[in-house]
Amino acid sequence: MSQSAPAVAIRHLTKTYRRGGQVVPVLEDISFDIAAGDFVALMGPSGSGKSTLLNLIAGIDRPDSGELRVADVDIMQLDEAGLADWRARNVGFIFQFYNLMPVLTAMENVELPLLLTGLAARDRRERVEVALGMVGLSDRMTHYPSELSGGQQQRVAIARAIITDPTILVADEPTGDLDRASADDILALMDRLNGELGKTIIMVTHDPHAAQRARRTRHLEKGLLTD
Amino acid sequence: MYLLKLILRNALRHKLRTLLTVLGLLVAILSFGLLQTVVDAWYTGANSAAPDRLVTRSAVSLVVPLPVHYRDKIRAIDGVRSVASANWFAGVYQEPKNFFPQFAIDPATYLAMYPEYRIHPDQLRDFMRDRKGAVVGRKLADTYGFKLGDVVPLRGTIFAGNWEFVVRAIYEGATPKTDTSQFFFHWEYLNETVRTRAPQRANQVGVFVVQVSDVSRAAEISATIDAQFRNSPAETLTETEKAFQIGFIKQTEAIVIAIRIVSFVVIFIILAVMANTMAMTARERVGEHATLKALGFGPGFLGGLIYGESLTIAFAGAGLGVLLTFPVADWFGAKMGTLFPVFEVSTETVWLQFTCALVVGVAAAVVPAWRAARVRIVEGLRAVG
Ligand SMILES: Nc1ncnc2c1ncn2[C@@H]1O[C@H](COP(=O)(O)OP(=O)(O)O)[C@@H](O)[C@H]1O
Ligand SMILES: [Mg+2]
Repeated sequence: MSQSAPAVAIRHLTKTYRRGGQVVPVLEDISFDIAAGDFVALMGPSGSGKSTLLNLIAGIDRPDSGELRVADVDIMQLDEAGLADWRARNVGFIFQFYNLMPVLTAMENVELPLLLTGLAARDRRERVEVALGMVGLSDRMTHYPSELSGGQQQRVAIARAIITDPTILVADEPTGDLDRASADDILALMDRLNGELGKTIIMVTHDPHAAQRARRTRHLEKGLLTD
Repeated sequence: MYLLKLILRNALRHKLRTLLTVLGLLVAILSFGLLQTVVDAWYTGANSAAPDRLVTRSAVSLVVPLPVHYRDKIRAIDGVRSVASANWFAGVYQEPKNFFPQFAIDPATYLAMYPEYRIHPDQLRDFMRDRKGAVVGRKLADTYGFKLGDVVPLRGTIFAGNWEFVVRAIYEGATPKTDTSQFFFHWEYLNETVRTRAPQRANQVGVFVVQVSDVSRAAEISATIDAQFRNSPAETLTETEKAFQIGFIKQTEAIVIAIRIVSFVVIFIILAVMANTMAMTARERVGEHATLKALGFGPGFLGGLIYGESLTIAFAGAGLGVLLTFPVADWFGAKMGTLFPVFEVSTETVWLQFTCALVVGVAAAVVPAWRAARVRIVEGLRAVG
């Protein structure tokens, strides 16, 4: 990977959905770059295509046409298995509803992505402890998601997202289900991940307060990038 | 380890649902095992038949007797080691429902041909000396509390009148599969009595049991015996003891087939229940499966979770069902008394039970695992929240 290559390079990206025989355009000719180490907020009204764009960047959905390179990899060329493998190594996911496994403890949830790395159980455990310490949950390691507050669950999810040291972190409305105080905690944590650890973060939000935390904001309007 | 932990916790997520499914499996596997054991019990005679024993009966029908003097002619045939006779007696002990097989035999030759009936030499001597003596099997003795010296009255059916026998010997089975529900007594005693009551029926036997010296010549010797009596007033039909027993069972084959069908229907029903459980489970977890896929886990991992959970539940139920099969079969066998001479759960039955569990576990997971492998991540993720 060359030093100067952007973390994400998007050229003329389009995406349509088919609904009852009708073709609905969702993203039209999107082009922009995200520099490594950046923290970008994607804003726009509901239904403007923010999540769709994020999903394409994260490699969990496929565009119709255009170019999409993440960390200099043309992910459109990867097959399903190749893409899954690529996601495991390059993408950290933060969801609006945390998406933790309810039957696993905080530790076990954070450990989950490491199962795909071939790391020994002891090394996995060590890393999990460090990650949970980083999000301030050292004292909640053996708690199940149902025993944690929303903000705490999201912090577990963030620990899970960073555990494999991925190239990019994608967050879709990470504070959408949280009260103001918890949301601020989460945003401060993301700010630290970006500032102190140099993580590249792409965050979808419709909350201007959340977007303020990002270094940069891009706006989507009906599938078009407006700035 | 991690995967096993996850599978187990997933299985226990809906405790009541899992418990009910396990209970259903338990009952199904238990029923299957018992029905299978009933079928086995039906075939006990055929399975414990010795290859060197032939049975010669009337070519007309099993109920038509043969003249006793055939014995010497059969014994003279080359390759025949020993010949014994047996008459089906069909007496009633107290009530018709107290069924057990009774045979009038020529004791010295007959018992020598059945080494699997183990008799203490002293008891054998007592039996040989007593014209009215009887040898009873261990299971029969235990069922009705017969002890040495007891007088056993039987009400004749084929041979009218009231008969009395004295228990002189109790035989043990050489293996658990040996039929110890039988009752043997002296053919001489039967014949003497018949001679006075119905002289035209004297000097007749039901079947001859023929022991051959070379098993490989069994077919040839059978043919020679039957040829010997061809065109005589009482033609014979000789076959191996096993073929004879199977022919006997054939009469009740419809029942056996019905039992077999029912046992598989039971498994099929539990398969439907189990498939429904797994389908519900997988549908509830679409969001989790999509999340796992987003994190980079492939269809193999998801399949492992789903097949693993299905098999865990199936084998939990089957394990308990198999464990319970033994005491329940013992109880059932005891209740049935001498109706089923041998009521033993076979190793084969246990294997079949576990095979059923495997089939149910795998089959129930096929569709959910296939769906999970195919679910599109973006669509699956929308199910969360
Ligand atoms: N699977 C789909 N099938 C059809 N239309 C879809 C599908 N997913 C999203 N859309 C449509 O695409 C548009 C953009 O959706 P989305 O990216 O989720 O918007 P946002 O995240 O900005 O609210 C919406 O009009 C939505 O209805
Ligand atoms: Mg959205």
